Amino acid sequence: MSTAIASSSAAGFSQEVFEHFLSSRHEPAWVSELRREAFAKYTEFLEQPLDPEEWKRIDLRALKPSQFHLVTTQAATEASAASGLEANADPAIGTLLADRAEFAGRVIHVDGQSAISELSEELAARGVVFGSLTQLIQTHGDLLKPYLMKRAVKHDQDRMSAWHAAFWTGGTVLYVPRNVRVEAPLYGLVALAKDKAADFSHTLVILEDGAEATLLEETTSLHATHAGLHVGGVELLLGQEARLRYVQLQNWNHRTWHLATQAGHVEKDGFLQWTVGGLGSRLAHTHQDVSLDGRGAVAQVNGVTFAINRQVISYYTQQTHRAPDTRSDLLYKDVLRDESRVIWRGMIDVEKGAPRTDGYQRNDSLLLSTTARADAIPGLEIETDDVRCTHGATVGEVDQDQILYCMCRGLSRHEAMHMIVEGFFQQVYDRIPVPAVQETLSQAVERKLGLGRDT
Amino acid sequence: MVASLKIQDLHVSVEGLPILRGVSLEVRQGEIHALMGPNGSGKSTLAYTLVGHPKYEITQGSIEIDGKPLNELDACERARLGLFLAFQYPIVIPGVKVADFLRHAITNIRNPDRKEGEGLIPMREFRKELKAMMDELGMDSEFARRYLNEGFSGGEKKRMEILQLAMLKPRFAVLDETDSGLDSDAVRVVSEGLRKLSGPQMGVLIITHHERLLEYNVPQFTHVMLAGKIVETGDASLARELHNEGYSKVRLRHPEEAAEEAARASGRSSEANRTAEPASV
Ligand SMILES: Nc1ncnc2c1ncn2[C@@H]1O[C@H](COP(=O)(O)OP(=O)(O)O)[C@@H](O)[C@H]1O
Ligand SMILES: [Mg+2]
Repeated sequence: MSTAIASSSAAGFSQEVFEHFLSSRHEPAWVSELRREAFAKYTEFLEQPLDPEEWKRIDLRALKPSQFHLVTTQAATEASAASGLEANADPAIGTLLADRAEFAGRVIHVDGQSAISELSEELAARGVVFGSLTQLIQTHGDLLKPYLMKRAVKHDQDRMSAWHAAFWTGGTVLYVPRNVRVEAPLYGLVALAKDKAADFSHTLVILEDGAEATLLEETTSLHATHAGLHVGGVELLLGQEARLRYVQLQNWNHRTWHLATQAGHVEKDGFLQWTVGGLGSRLAHTHQDVSLDGRGAVAQVNGVTFAINRQVISYYTQQTHRAPDTRSDLLYKDVLRDESRVIWRGMIDVEKGAPRTDGYQRNDSLLLSTTARADAIPGLEIETDDVRCTHGATVGEVDQDQILYCMCRGLSRHEAMHMIVEGFFQQVYDRIPVPAVQETLSQAVERKLGLGRDT
Repeated sequence: MVASLKIQDLHVSVEGLPILRGVSLEVRQGEIHALMGPNGSGKSTLAYTLVGHPKYEITQGSIEIDGKPLNELDACERARLGLFLAFQYPIVIPGVKVADFLRHAITNIRNPDRKEGEGLIPMREFRKELKAMMDELGMDSEFARRYLNEGFSGGEKKRMEILQLAMLKPRFAVLDETDSGLDSDAVRVVSEGLRKLSGPQMGVLIITHHERLLEYNVPQFTHVMLAGKIVETGDASLARELHNEGYSKVRLRHPEEAAEEAARASGRSSEANRTAEPASV
């Protein structure tokens, strides 16, 4: 094994690479079968154009999947994890969340492989399962089988979901049994270390009826200049009256592609609070679905995005109401600078069986330079009467009167800008009562404002 | 030594349009000056120019504090030299808490050489000071946690300006119609507030249409502005006279400026008609 330190599979995602990857995984037959089906779908989808409604504003031509490779050797990753995480000299990279709170458990992945996985004994004793998907598929297969890519992210949805389902490299599982309430947050870190490494991590959260938990995840690159590819999946499955707070902070370096298929399902009277932070990546596209499946289910979706340089950060969000008396509330706030671009395409779908739906979506963009561009396209599709659905979008530049007012009180122009940007995001922070997340986002904003600033 | 704010032959244009046409004025620490004049005469223009609003272009003349020219300094540098403007229309800064804003402001004003990112004044010390000042001005300390001017009533906004004045303790304060649009209770609160704050360390320039603020803060000098010029300077009795009698006598005494005022008004109203904007009051 130790001789294989530098080994990784051949680059790309061909049939040959797939077979090699599959044979290196030693997984139960049902998992291999799922992968084979997904790979077949992926091959099919490659022949078809991407859904223009979702992709027409995004240019993927510079993405060359054949440049990236999956790291398949455990030993290789452990070595790079140990060196990479400790020798992380550049303070501008690294983790944002890791040291901010007392976590009841941690899962850390590097280049798609699990490096650290731990959970407090107390929670383990209460039946909570939290750890690496690769390991748990071996030990808890029966528990995961009914959920894994069956209900939320499906392997035959589209090209990205099929690609992910065929090649998922690992990821994080959180399972909370019925009526168990986990107070302290759990933490997951997904890192890319090697140049041109691909991460296909998958997050699977299962909350049984009445269960409660908070999971904070972040992504990071250990080197500022290494190219990376993330084709990820997130599945959040909430039982009746379950409550989940989930945060995913995307903070890759500016040479990483982020393509994510994420979906949450909420049963009767469940509550999902889902916060996405879009800070890093060269180009990010997140397909985010929330589905309110049971009467009285509620989802609150929050987004904080800060794009600079030539970053492109895109969201395709869907709020689907499938049951009566359900509520969804989405608030995305974006700040853009330089030549960056943020795209948000949002949709509220109200199905026939969902009277008394209350759906809301809003996107506000703040432009710090005239060369940045924000597109916000809200949409409604309503198939039943007696619903209340509202949406709104604003795009504006920083108000010069606000800057002047701050400067008249002794703040420098830059400090004023910082205050105003912080204030702009505050409305979202106010919805996230997790201090670690607020602090993290606000520190990240501070860092980003400092990057490449003109003095 | 008593510092002074000296304005000499100031000419100011807005978007190429000349508004101020040679204003000279000197305010020393410890003095109270009243600046009066009809709407549109240029009072706010002077106030904004003093604090460094980039839209107001100085085409001639100078502003100095203690001989140090301000013309080339930005608003932040001027504030750090001890200049303060209580805005006629205070600005809403969404999501920025009053306390956070003020803590940054105070730190900068007290350490004018501070760079962004350097330490702020200690939280406990600041909180104590803020609380004491709010008590003194009869403000609910709940305000400290609200977002700056967001959802504030007219009176609350003006009181917030006075609170900032109190915390920042400038050497020179310009109050632009701080007493306008308030009910008489609020005018009293603001007037008393200013009286408590002003003193030998502060030179004050009060722009007002009302009597009350000046009753509590009796000016040593009253200046009258007409069509971008200070046409008369007197003492407190001039302010009283203008209150009681309006500006018609002033216009008669200064026919050239009165004609300019009339010309500006007609020029502007025809412009207003073209752009279909509501006429300003
Ligand atoms: N920002 C501005 N843009 C355009 N015109 C302005 C601006 N500020 C002032 N003016 C013009 O300058 C003149 C003086 O206005 P102002 O200084 O506000 O007078 P006052 O405060 O005495 O009522 C008015 O005719 C006004 O229309
Ligand atoms: Mg005015």
